[in-house]
Amino acid sequence: MSLIRMSSPHVYKANSTANVMRLVTLAMLPGVLAMTVFFGWGTLIQIVWASLLALGFEAAMLKLRKRPLGFYLGDFSAVVTAALIAVSLPPLAPWWLTGVGVFVAIVIAKHLYGGLGQNPFNPAMVAYALLLISFPVEMTRWNAPFVLIDGASVASFMDTLGAIFGSVEPAFYDQFTGATPLDELRHRGGLTTEEVWRQSAVLAEGIGAWHAVSAAWLMGGIFLLYRKVITWHAPIAMLATLALLSSMFFGYDPDNYADPLFHMTTGATMLAAFFIITDPVSSATSNRGRLVFGAGIGLLVFIIRTWGNYPDGFAFAVLLMNLAAPFIDLYTQPRSYGHTRANKGRGGNA
Amino acid sequence: MGKVFAFHGGIHPPENKKQSTREPIGQLPLPKRLYVPLQQHIGMAASPIVEVGQTVLKGQLIAEPVGRISAALHAPTSGRVLSIGPHPVPHASGLDSDCICIESDGEDRWVEHQGIEDYAAMERDDLIEHIRQCGIAGMGGAGFPTDVKLHLGDDHIVNTLIINAAECEPYITADDMLMRERADQIIGGIRILHHLIKPSHVIIGIEDNKAHAIHTLEKALKGCELNIDIQVVPTKYPSGGERQLIKLLTDIEVPSGKIPADIGIVCQNVGTMSAVYRAVHFGEPLISRVVTVTGDAVARPQNFEALIGTPFADLLDAANLYEDRLYRLVMGGPMMGVTVEHDQIPVIKTTNCIIAASREEMPPAAPEQPCIRCGMCEQVCPAELLPQQLYWFAKGREFDKAKHHNLFDCIECGACAYVCPSSIPLVQYYRFAKSEIRTEEAEQRKADHARQRFEARQARLEREKAEKEARRKARAEEAAKAQKARKAPEASASGSPELDLNALKTAAAVARTKLKKAQKALDAARESGEGDLSALEAALASAQTSADKAQADLDKAQSGSAAPAGNDGPDIKQLKTAAAVARTKLKKARDALKNAETKGLDGLDKLRATVQELETRADEADKAYQQASGANTQDSAGSEASEAAPVDLKALKQQVSIMRTKLKKSEAALADLEGEERAQAEQALETLRQRHAEADRAFKAAEQAQLDKAAAQGVDLKKLKVDAAMARAAVTKLERSLDKTEEAEARASLESELAAARRKAEELNETLKQHETA
Repeated sequence: MSLIRMSSPHVYKANSTANVMRLVTLAMLPGVLAMTVFFGWGTLIQIVWASLLALGFEAAMLKLRKRPLGFYLGDFSAVVTAALIAVSLPPLAPWWLTGVGVFVAIVIAKHLYGGLGQNPFNPAMVAYALLLISFPVEMTRWNAPFVLIDGASVASFMDTLGAIFGSVEPAFYDQFTGATPLDELRHRGGLTTEEVWRQSAVLAEGIGAWHAVSAAWLMGGIFLLYRKVITWHAPIAMLATLALLSSMFFGYDPDNYADPLFHMTTGATMLAAFFIITDPVSSATSNRGRLVFGAGIGLLVFIIRTWGNYPDGFAFAVLLMNLAAPFIDLYTQPRSYGHTRANKGRGGNA
Repeated sequence: MGKVFAFHGGIHPPENKKQSTREPIGQLPLPKRLYVPLQQHIGMAASPIVEVGQTVLKGQLIAEPVGRISAALHAPTSGRVLSIGPHPVPHASGLDSDCICIESDGEDRWVEHQGIEDYAAMERDDLIEHIRQCGIAGMGGAGFPTDVKLHLGDDHIVNTLIINAAECEPYITADDMLMRERADQIIGGIRILHHLIKPSHVIIGIEDNKAHAIHTLEKALKGCELNIDIQVVPTKYPSGGERQLIKLLTDIEVPSGKIPADIGIVCQNVGTMSAVYRAVHFGEPLISRVVTVTGDAVARPQNFEALIGTPFADLLDAANLYEDRLYRLVMGGPMMGVTVEHDQIPVIKTTNCIIAASREEMPPAAPEQPCIRCGMCEQVCPAELLPQQLYWFAKGREFDKAKHHNLFDCIECGACAYVCPSSIPLVQYYRFAKSEIRTEEAEQRKADHARQRFEARQARLEREKAEKEARRKARAEEAAKAQKARKAPEASASGSPELDLNALKTAAAVARTKLKKAQKALDAARESGEGDLSALEAALASAQTSADKAQADLDKAQSGSAAPAGNDGPDIKQLKTAAAVARTKLKKARDALKNAETKGLDGLDKLRATVQELETRADEADKAYQQASGANTQDSAGSEASEAAPVDLKALKQQVSIMRTKLKKSEAALADLEGEERAQAEQALETLRQRHAEADRAFKAAEQAQLDKAAAQGVDLKKLKVDAAMARAAVTKLERSLDKTEEAEARASLESELAAARRKAEELNETLKQHETA
């Protein structure tokens, strides 16, 4: 009798990377649904288009790198990246814009660094930052929530498809697109926030759509927390920092600074909190590290939103903190069992 | 009940415990053969005390513990020792190890044994020794000899005794069933330990999935006067880990690198308690234990009371193994157990469970995917490490960083690998890193050791060299001093004549004693006719010489200090001789010069100069001699004068040889010449020949002068030598008669005679020496 020799443990939890990615995709559903309801078919079309591209690029890169296709494609990480890019882009963004974004994310930010688990930067955010800098017009042409548009002229599926893949009259964009609340606030001129709120239709009426979308992302986030796919550390640290800073400034000068709820519910705050800054590969690794990582992003986002040139700053904040993650890791080792203090730094002679 | 605290992390794998608790603990048919491994734990292997072929009884000691951390082994049943040698054992390495194989005789006859009626009245150390002799070892995890933990009380104050009944690993129910069926024995064992280490508090830690066991324990504890608590902890793997259980029950963490006893806690397993009870109350050594046999590949999962050494096959048979279903055979639990490759591996003291798993139950691990640093491992790590970081460091061989991340606090519980979504065999990475670090450290130690040895050797060689050099210097100095001391009396009374005198006296006395001894030995040898007479005679002679010399030194020193003016007799003599020699030489040289002048030879000037020089030297020698004989002072001119002769001789010799060469050349040239020229040349040649002959004669005359001088000295030397020898002989003779003489008056006269003789001998000796060196 000769039996198999194996090292312990002999049992494993039924879990896999693919499973983790599927759960993330599942958690995105409420957000995607809300976006579709309030901004039209564009989001769904972008997701499908981006996912197809992502799988194609991923397959091509795996082939170039001589890696088994099925094994790596099966982990669904490319689809998650694609979906995150798709929901970050304006729903009516042209097809090539999405294409460039996915190419940059999968080929450059992921595979050129060694593939899954090796990328120092969040691929979706690398793509977003590159697009925002290279194509600012296309990237800021968000369509207005439907509540602001005459119900009869809601863009149909085919119209939207045509807008993304074909060429349409500029009038089409004029009809559907508009500034986001963050844009409005950023380009308010000499007006106080209160005056902007009263004057701007986007802020007065359209804000509800943004609240709803944020709530949907939050739901997905809670699901991920519940399923223990992510830990609370980074999202809570980021939201708390952003809320704290905005409260302080709003309390100090309500005329010039937005209130905390506005910061929590507009732009990419909730999406980023639960789906972007929680990307484990490029963030700080320990629980303590993620607290620092999240807080840093919250701080940077507030600074960029309030004093920077861009209305929203998650891409830049995340990339900057990605840079800092290895450093954060050095100083956020947990205190191990039986030790009085946590170890810090590199260890050894360093 | 006290408060239950929490430890970080932990997992909830499927328990799979129900299957094996349906039946009570079963008995096995007696196995045909039993294999008792000599080493079942860390520390030293036991040393067998039985021989192959010997008949043993059940419970008979078959191997003794060696050293402190070692456990005794006993025959699990009666029978015959078949062999003592390598056999497969349950160990992660998969290697064979020495086992005592016993063939059962089927009678299961016990050796005479009896329990201790009143252990409380017994000496503590004797009771612990009894437990050691019964081979009791930890039955939960590492199989650590129990007596070692009991002795800990000597240098540790133990406040808390923790009884580990958590049994947190899935599948295993051996402790559970033991508690259900033998709770009284366990409590009895706890009483004995309580008596031995006197803790202020005993806590039985048990997971909340063992309601039945908790109930029976509570019943058994009713009316117990001891401070024993049953603490129910939530079911979470690895709550049964020693450090985790201590945290759960006391909220104290065992410091890294320390043992629980360092914080006043001793942990014991319930199975061990039952074994202690049986050892003390019945005198039964640890020869059996409860083993869970479970898994999908057995039809009737059950717990069995199995003898130590029972092959797994016997247990699997008892549980009705489906051989075609068996895929993986695990000893221990699914989280930390080790796989065994076949079923002839024996049960040891720590074998709590055998899992016969089917392929569906424990499939091969999924292929490893890239780590996405999801951190799920961090959330479950009970040691609060960063498994994801340790993995990267182990993979990248960054062992310094791994150590900095407390790799060695990893208890290898497998919780991280269990939850890893990328199916990374994390524990294997940590084991690899640990063993690499250990190897590296061992090599480093070895290298350090070698370096230290090399450096020590170099230092030793240097030291030896220095010592040798110092000794050489000391010797040289001593020799120089001795030389000075010898010369001192001659030159002047300066220095420290007193000291030297004393030293010389001592030396002389020592030399005399030696001489006496040698003489006696020789006499004895002559009488008995045994021994090497010639050697003894030689020894005597050498002793005689050294004695003479010592005495002479002493006498000379004495006379020197008495008459600082010195004893210049021999020097004057020498000077006289030297002057005579110089004169003779001068005469010869003058003759040679005259001769050369008349013949008009080459080198006339040189000869003249030589003669002149010789004249001065002869004058000087004469003067010196006159001075010396007149004023009794010393002058070295004489010796110089005598030295001048060889220099002169050399020059003459050279001239002769030069002339000879010239002559030869001319002769050769002559052969080529014709007629008139030839006649002329022949004439010239003739002249040359004459000159050469003259020069040769001059040389020979000079040589003769040298020889004359040597002859003059030679006579002197010969005479001197004879005189010296005679003087020495006289001394010896006198010494001998002195030895023989008892009479005081005669002795005194002899002694004075001897002193005089010695002085004379020494004088002669000195003169002789000077002439020899001159």
